[in-house]
Amino acid sequence: MNRLYPLLLLVTAAMFAYAPFMILAAPYESTMGLIQKIFYFHAPVAMTMFVSAFVCGIASAIFLFGGRPGADRVAMAAAELTSILGLIVLVTGPMWARKAWGVWWQWDARLTSTLVLWLIFQAYLLLRRFGGPGSDRLAAGVALFGMANVPFVYWSVNVWRTVHPTTTVVPSLQPGMRGPFWYCFLAFVLLYVSVLGVRTRLEKRRAELEALYLAVEE
Amino acid sequence: MRFVETVWLVTRKDLLIEARSKEILYTTLFFAVSCVLVFAFGFVREGRPLGDAAAGILWIAIAFSGTLALGRAFERERQSETLRALMMSPIDRPALYVGKLCGVLILLAAVELIVVPLVGLMFQAPLFAHPVLMIGLLLTGTVGFAAVGTLFAAMLVRARSRDVLLPVLLYPITIPVIIAGVRGTAALLQAEVDEPMARAWLSMLVFFDVVFVTLALWTFEPVMTE
Amino acid sequence: MIDFSTLTLTDVSRNFGRRRALARVSLAAAAGETIALLGPNGAGKSTLLSIAATLIAPSSGEVRYGDHDARTAGGALRGRIGLLGHDLYLYPELSAAENLRFFAKVYRLDGVERRVDEALDRAGLTTRRDDQVAGFSRGMRQRLALERALLHAPRLVLLDEPFTGLDDAATHALRRRLAGLREAGCIVLVTTHDLETIDGLIDRAVMLQQGKLVTIADGAGSLRERYRRSL
Repeated sequence: MNRLYPLLLLVTAAMFAYAPFMILAAPYESTMGLIQKIFYFHAPVAMTMFVSAFVCGIASAIFLFGGRPGADRVAMAAAELTSILGLIVLVTGPMWARKAWGVWWQWDARLTSTLVLWLIFQAYLLLRRFGGPGSDRLAAGVALFGMANVPFVYWSVNVWRTVHPTTTVVPSLQPGMRGPFWYCFLAFVLLYVSVLGVRTRLEKRRAELEALYLAVEE
Repeated sequence: MRFVETVWLVTRKDLLIEARSKEILYTTLFFAVSCVLVFAFGFVREGRPLGDAAAGILWIAIAFSGTLALGRAFERERQSETLRALMMSPIDRPALYVGKLCGVLILLAAVELIVVPLVGLMFQAPLFAHPVLMIGLLLTGTVGFAAVGTLFAAMLVRARSRDVLLPVLLYPITIPVIIAGVRGTAALLQAEVDEPMARAWLSMLVFFDVVFVTLALWTFEPVMTE
Repeated sequence: MIDFSTLTLTDVSRNFGRRRALARVSLAAAAGETIALLGPNGAGKSTLLSIAATLIAPSSGEVRYGDHDARTAGGALRGRIGLLGHDLYLYPELSAAENLRFFAKVYRLDGVERRVDEALDRAGLTTRRDDQVAGFSRGMRQRLALERALLHAPRLVLLDEPFTGLDDAATHALRRRLAGLREAGCIVLVTTHDLETIDGLIDRAVMLQQGKLVTIADGAGSLRERYRRSL
């Protein structure tokens, strides 16, 4: 397993190196022009972010109900990654919006809900840092609630009229755009998996170190 | 049946304690009213309130005073660690959670009884033109907020930095509730009342309540054990 | 109705982060035994009692109540355990009688009023039954808290420094109570710094030092002398 990560990271790096060429070759979008190309990073990262939120939620559930400390380490790593991915989404989004629609921020449901999800994971990280002993279980509870919030994100897009392109944009992509889009998505998923693995391994080492400290005192 | 009895036992105890001093009730009420006033200074220009100000201010006041009430209610349990004593007893844990939730709900209902008409008055907002929908929104919104809040406040009883962490944790997760509450109320206060919209938000709140109360019941036990 | 006649701790360890509170503690107690748990402050006595009370789960090791263990036996088991902790577990805004009545109902006891009256009588608080606990002195609260812990006639009685704040009469009453519990076949674990008072009431004394359990040998000399020797 350990040998896999450097390899994965290498593959991911190669994919990202090639990505700009694919994106450049993709057809121009009729109304938005060049700025639309940010979509090839923005949308996959958003999708990966939601996947990460679920990973954290599921790992937290396993930790809470199954008591497996390994699950807690995965949850911690996934929460940090969700936070970083969220930051990328929330920065690239306004960059796109400013050029495409003239506003930095629009208080529509999907944007707001993504921000909310990001805030929830910030709260998770704050709790783990400042909550004192026992905060791993409490944070797991918060993560579960955060994950349960995600469906409300997708649901509110359909209820509240929005400036944001609706969820149906992916199937309706022009054929020339689908290639780069799924390629970038794959690249981000690989990046996510490898970073998650490395981060989890770090937590595992930390736990082993704690156990050694305790053993020394005996 | 025993579940309901246990819930009532816990709620009754909380209400009895509150009735003795009425400390949380008075302070929360006062805080909610102050909230409304402070926002009024921000959002009323030349005697006329801005747009959807009334809806927003109402729900913000509920959220802020709700957080205050939750913090104080569980601070009480922390004093003599009585929550621990209850966790150590054979009491049915989900019933304990629901009992505490009902206590908080009754407290918030009492606060809303004053604050809602107050907002209506001060912002000339016809909050009771559609009483059923309005009360539905208030009820489901408060339940959603309190359900998550009760779990988090109980969770944090033994944590460090609990005073600061409660709002930090609670607000992001209950933002859907606030959004639905505000947009639903605003839909009812518009010049051309948008009833279907209000009803849609109400349905979302109901769904939210069901999901999160269930989740809270599920996670109460594992989260509270050390 | 669950019951058990032995409490067995096997290699119980508990750590809080890097701090080891208990290190492989093993203890066996049978019905009718009263064991004193001694040791300097911070040695882990309260943690041990909390684990025995099912409030905290051990980081490793096993706790068995007869054939039952805490996780599977759940609420029924907890109904047979009574803990008097550092924090007294009393609602200050409620009266003495109301506190007892509430916990009697929580433990689903029958004859609630009778039990409340008896408990108040034993605590010597009958005349103050309707006064709020907030107005009680430390000693009165301690007496009431003890009765609250014993209200449901638990099999396993865990007392954390029960003599704190008690005057002579109350100390005497508590001594009688402990003797009574012993006769009734309860398993009693007591932590205390009051070695003279507890001497003669116990079957065994053990000591916790930096999380490790050491038995204090029976033998010549008072408990305090033997304790000092073990230190």
